[in-house]
Amino acid sequence: MSTLAPAEADLEVEEPIGEDDAIDDRPWVVIVWNDPVNLMSYVTLVLQKLFGYTRAHATRLMLQVHNEGKSVVSTGTREKAELDVARLHAYGLWATMQRD
Amino acid sequence: MPDGVRLDLPDDEREVLRQVAGELRDLIEEAPDEPGLRRLFPRAHDDDTLEEQYRDLTHEQLASGRDRALRTIQETAANTLLSPEEADAWLRGLNDARLVLGTRLDVTEDFDWEAVDVTHLQAQELALYAYLSWLQEQLVEALPG
Repeated sequence: MSTLAPAEADLEVEEPIGEDDAIDDRPWVVIVWNDPVNLMSYVTLVLQKLFGYTRAHATRLMLQVHNEGKSVVSTGTREKAELDVARLHAYGLWATMQRD
Repeated sequence: MPDGVRLDLPDDEREVLRQVAGELRDLIEEAPDEPGLRRLFPRAHDDDTLEEQYRDLTHEQLASGRDRALRTIQETAANTLLSPEEADAWLRGLNDARLVLGTRLDVTEDFDWEAVDVTHLQAQELALYAYLSWLQEQLVEALPG
């Protein structure tokens, strides 16, 4: 792939990550997975803190993680999803991201 | 102080927390690839290439963030009051300690911290895990939310 810098200084060159990445603009989803260590109360608090969810909504998501093994906690562009995953990882939650 | 948290613990518990935080900081710095730490740096992606990009982007910040939180616990273990920022550091630091210990002990979801078997070979670590769990629960309850 070319190593020439783009003409416009503020253009971000995105590395191709898949054959159809250029045309695929499905959003990404962020999933939190259940784990035996994290306290239910802690997971709820983190979801409130990071996403501004109400306690009721955060509790619903947490219970879905707890009862079903996982839950989608946010959606968005790849950049947003990666930021969300990193913030969740910083709080010790087990989070992954994938295309919707 | 609005939104601060009162820290009311006996001295020996404060000392244990100082030690635990210090040991975990050392472990993260000296043996970052140690299997017990893997739970602190879980995968974000199924795809290896995407995962490598994610790690390049985030690993250093995540590691230094953890170190700062644990250092805050060491430095404020003698406090009677924690600021909101310090309380947040305690929340994350305690959780990291529980993640590493819990993974090492292979705890299950129904771990009962009120019924630790004192004759168990890992009784001391189990008791520490139970204590940290209790403390974290107290802290979560003390925080606004």
